[in-house]
Order: sequence, then structure tokens, then C-alpha cells
Amino acid sequence: MSSVRVLVGTRKGAFVLSADAKRDRWDISGPHFAGWEIYHVKGSPADPNRLYASQSSGWYGQMMQRSNDGGKTWEPVGNKFVYDGVPGTHQWYDGTPHPWEFKRVWHLEPSLTDPDTVYAGIEDAAIFRSTDGGQTWGELPGLRGHGSGPHWQPGAGGMCLHTIILDPGNPARIFIAISAAGAFRTDDAGATWRPINQGLRSQTIPDPTAEVGHCVHHVAMHPSRPGVLFMQKHWDVMRSDNAGDSWQEVSGNLPTDFGFVIDVHAHEPETIYVVPITSDSLHFPPEGKLRVYRSRTGGNEWEGLTKGLPQSDCYVNVFRDAMAVDSLDACGVYFGTSGGQVYASADAGDNWSPIVRDFPPVLSVEVQTLP
Amino acid sequence: MIRVVLPAHLRTIARVDGEVQLDVEGQATQRSVLDALEARYPALRGTLRDHVTQQRRPFVRFFACEQDLSHEPPDAPLPDAVASGAEPFLVVGAIAGG
Repeated sequence: MSSVRVLVGTRKGAFVLSADAKRDRWDISGPHFAGWEIYHVKGSPADPNRLYASQSSGWYGQMMQRSNDGGKTWEPVGNKFVYDGVPGTHQWYDGTPHPWEFKRVWHLEPSLTDPDTVYAGIEDAAIFRSTDGGQTWGELPGLRGHGSGPHWQPGAGGMCLHTIILDPGNPARIFIAISAAGAFRTDDAGATWRPINQGLRSQTIPDPTAEVGHCVHHVAMHPSRPGVLFMQKHWDVMRSDNAGDSWQEVSGNLPTDFGFVIDVHAHEPETIYVVPITSDSLHFPPEGKLRVYRSRTGGNEWEGLTKGLPQSDCYVNVFRDAMAVDSLDACGVYFGTSGGQVYASADAGDNWSPIVRDFPPVLSVEVQTLP
Repeated sequence: MIRVVLPAHLRTIARVDGEVQLDVEGQATQRSVLDALEARYPALRGTLRDHVTQQRRPFVRFFACEQDLSHEPPDAPLPDAVASGAEPFLVVGAIAGG
């Protein structure tokens, strides 16, 4: 019988939540790496028992962990992230030059085909790759080196590379996104990159339609249609039908188009999910009502999903990597909150219930669907 | 023999309980002690000092014999009591946050 494994990264450790296909009774293991910030945990599509975790601390820096048994046991692997060449400077919040400095790994993206190959998105923004199971890491320097790097600025959470999407139909194509530089794409396996931000408008930068400088919060793709991308920007929900060459706003009737997460239904490529957040200065749901919004039309027409979610006095946030879907039938949807809840829906969002209510603030949620 | 006391999180990383005891070749200095510590427990590399610059991480402090040695040069000799094993070399996570 199929099962699911939900991998949760929190401010104080990692947790693994497991259930059978009914998804109504959960076993919880953890905290793993108790006391450490776990920005992301993700499993290899090529070997579901191979997991990678980013473990960090303001005191002791970055650790990387690897599991070969689905998260039961872990071993530390390489944590040496050194920029290629002389890293130079990017812009600081006030526009002055600031040296590129490694701070932490935000996102891990295991290869679709090789359990030992994994990409890491880091702060200050760069993409690294390991081909030996995380023991050693090397930068793909073409991203920072493509020319605009000295003009990138951090978002409020730091200058993080938080999204990495591997194109299942084209191994040479990778999409990434950086807050607050924007989205980029490589078509030559990371050697060269170009910004893909045409159509984005950001009133918070001097030139609202600049080639770079947009605060992209997250990007999602359905694997069956890798040319179609969905983006939750600082403000605005966007879609692209040409692999990011251009974008159109699809915020439609959302109560607010500010937010962090965005994801796509596992079986319906035009069904997408966001969690609207009031504004950039009020990081909680409008009216204190936690609502997931679903569009079955690829954007523009949205319906609020509320059953089982708190509809009063709720002032949590949902961070950018804290939503995921399983591929069971019906599609399961999961998200975690800054208040420590992990909510699950086993029916594509119609009904929700908390798996846990009292975790530390949830930084990331990933799901593995196991045979 | 040098005695080293690690903070709790780094004991977990190194998978040790209590003090660590190290044989250090040559003069006992911060650098030689940390080199020996990292050689014994490679998972600690990068947690105490930067991989490349070898600078102490800002929120890591080194105490011994009731002194703060954090700002001593890395090649300065450690106190005799540390070198002899009479006193431990304390790695401390700075008190920060709430």
C-alpha cells in the first residue's frame, strides 16, 4: 500500500511525519538535529530513502546531513561552501557594495536521476552542486558571473537562492529564484544563466520593470508541463507559458496577492495553490482567517479553502518553502506555519486538518509519495 | 594530553559525551588544538572556525584557566595548565538571543 512521508524543517529541528495512503493517522519522528535551524529537507526522486537536510546555527554555522534510510539515521556530510574565484560584492540594503559571504543553505534539490547529485541554493545567493552525495560542493559560477550579480540586493530574509527547479524533460535546463534578484534560467546545465523576469512589475524598486531586482518568493512547476511556471512574487501571482521568457499576472480575485508559497496539484497542471498574506508589512492572513486559495484555471479565478483551517484570530505566516503536494489519488496538499502547525488535506484542499499543532516555526515542508 | 570541553550542540555533532582528550603534537596553541580536534572529528570542521580563513566564528569563544582566550593569536601558547591537562580548554557558545 502506498504511503507518504512529510519532511518538515523547523527553527528547532527536523521532523518526519509518516502515514499510509489514507493520511489520517500519523507517526511523528524527531526532532532530528534538535535545537538547530533546519531550512530544508528533501528526498531524492531516484532513491526515496536518500534524504538531504540543511542544518544551520547562528553559532556554529552550516552543517549538511544525509540519510540513507528515509530519515531514521543521519550522517554529516560536507559543509564547505566556497565561492568560485574572488566573489566580489553585491549591493547591501542601502545600496552600498557588500562582500559576498556564505551564510546558509536555504534549499536542496536532489537530481531527478542520480541520488548522489544534489543542488544547493545558498545565502548570499549562489547555486552549488555536489555529485558525491554531499561530501564536496562546487559553485556553478555562471549564475553570479552573468553580469548583474553586483546589483543584486537582499530581501528582508537575506539574499537567498530559495528555489531550484529541474526540468524533467531537459536535463540541461534549471530554473532558480533569488530574493531579491528575480528568476533565472540555464539551458546549458548551469554554465550560463539569464534572467527571466520580463513581465514582472515591482513598485518597490526604482525601475518597476527592471531585468533584475524583483523579490520573487517562490516558483512552482508541474512536471508534465515544464514550460509552464507559476510564481508567487512579493506582490502578485504570476504565470509563464514559455519557460519564463515572459510572465502574466494571474492574481485575479485573490483577497491579497502578497504571499510566499505556491504549488501545483500533482495530477491537474492547471490547479494551483497559494496562501494569501495580508501585506509586506503584515505577515499574517487577512482578517485573521487562514485560507488556502485554489485556482483550477491556472490563475485568475480563485476559491478560498477554509474547511478545517482557523477562521478567526489566526496570525501565522506560511514561509516560501513550506507547501508541498503528494501524488496519491486524491492529491494531498500540505503546508506548515510560523505558529508550528502542519496542515494536511487528503482531498486536494477541500478539507484540512492539522497533523501537528505545536512544532517550532515551520520553515519547509516536502512530501514523498512512497510505493 | 589536552582536555577540551565542547558545547552541547558540538558534542552531538562529534558524537561524544563529556570531555574530549587529544594528543597534540608540538606546542599547544589554539591552532594546534583545533587542528587536532578537527582531525579526530571531521564533522566539526567549519563549526568553530571558517573553512578558508580559519577565523573563529563570531559566536564561538575559547576560555581556559578563568581567562577569555578568544582574542589571543591562534599560534600563541596556551596556558601551561591547559598544555599539561590540568585544566580544560573550553569551547563556549556565546550567550546570545533570548
